[in-house]
Amino acid sequence: MEFTEDQLQRYSRHIILPEVGGKGQKKILNAKVFVVGAGGLGCPVGYYLAAAGVGTIGMIDNDTVELSNLQRQIAHNTKKIGVHKVDSAKDTFESLNPDVKVIGIKERISKDNIIDLIKDYDIVVDGSDNFPTRYLVNDACVMLKKPLVSGAILRFEGQVTTILPGEGHCYRCLFEEMPPPGLVPSCQEAGVLGAITGVVGALQATEVLKLILGKGDILKNTLLIYDALKVNFRRVKVPKNPDCPVCSENPTITELQDYDAGYCRI
Amino acid sequence: MEEVKIDKKINIKGLICPYTFVKSKIAIEDMEVGEVLEILLDYEEASRSIPKSMEDHGHKVLKVEKINDTDWTIVVRKEKE
Ligand SMILES: [Zn+2]
Repeated sequence: MEFTEDQLQRYSRHIILPEVGGKGQKKILNAKVFVVGAGGLGCPVGYYLAAAGVGTIGMIDNDTVELSNLQRQIAHNTKKIGVHKVDSAKDTFESLNPDVKVIGIKERISKDNIIDLIKDYDIVVDGSDNFPTRYLVNDACVMLKKPLVSGAILRFEGQVTTILPGEGHCYRCLFEEMPPPGLVPSCQEAGVLGAITGVVGALQATEVLKLILGKGDILKNTLLIYDALKVNFRRVKVPKNPDCPVCSENPTITELQDYDAGYCRI
Repeated sequence: MEEVKIDKKINIKGLICPYTFVKSKIAIEDMEVGEVLEILLDYEEASRSIPKSMEDHGHKVLKVEKINDTDWTIVVRKEKE
C-alpha cells in the first residue's frame, strides 16, 4: 500500500517519529481494535485511535446519548441526544478521518456474543462502566489470548492496566472476584470529573498504539493509578497470580459466566 | 575521491517542512541498508534539518551541496532499518 498525498499530510507528525515512520503508520492503518463501551472512556479512546488512523474500530454499546453524558463523553453532542451512542461515535470518528471504518454494535456485551465479537480484532479496549462487564471482557480476552487495555474511572481517580494473556497478569490476578455490590459506590455517590475520562482514555489509546507499533514499555504486570486531586501518577506492581482462577496453568474458570448483580453504572 | 553510487533520487522541490522530511523518510524506508539516496530540494531550512534528522534516525549523511541559486542536494546512506 502506498500513502496518498493526503495521508502523508494527515500522518506527517507520526511518520517523522523514529518509532513510527511510514512502516509504523501502515501498521496502524491495518490494525483492528475493539472498544467496549462508547461512553466516558470509549469516546476519547475511539477519538484518538480514529485520529491516529486505526483502520477498523469495532465499538459496542446499547445505550443512547443522554444530556447527562455530555459532560464527559466527547464523541457525542447536543444534537445527538436520543441517538444510539455507537451511531453518534461512528459519525464523529469517520468524519474526523475517512481512513477509519467504525463498526458499531447496538447490543449489550454478554457471554453469548463476546467471543464472536472480538475474535477478529487485534486488541481489545475495555471502557465499560461496570464490574460484570470488566470481568467478562477479561475472561474472554484471556481465553482468546487477546491483548486487553483496561481502564476505569471514579470521582477524581483513574486506573489503567494492559493485559497480555500468557505474558503478564490479568484482571483477576489483581482482583480475583468482583467486589460485592454493597462495596461499590451507589449511583448518587458515583460522580466523576469529566476531564479524568480524557486522561485515562488517552492513556489507553497510547497503550493500544504502542502495542500496534511494538514500541516502548507497556503496563504489563502494572496498574497505573492517577489521582487528579493530588496530581499524582502511581505505578503498582501486579504479579501474575500462579493460582489465578482464569489465567493460571490450571484455571477454575474455563467458560464464560454472566455476572448479574445490582451494580450501578456510571 | 571515489564517486558515490546513487541508488535512488527524489525531487522534493516546492515542499516545505515537515513534508520535506516526510517524503525523504518514506523514500529511505523503502530502500535496503547500504543503499544511497539523493534528495533534490529548494527549501533552505530543510537543507539543514533533513541532514540532522537523518543522522538522528541513524543514517549517514554523505554530502550536502548547494548546486545553484535555489537548489540543494543531500546524499544519505541508509545505515539501519
Ligand atoms: Zn490472572
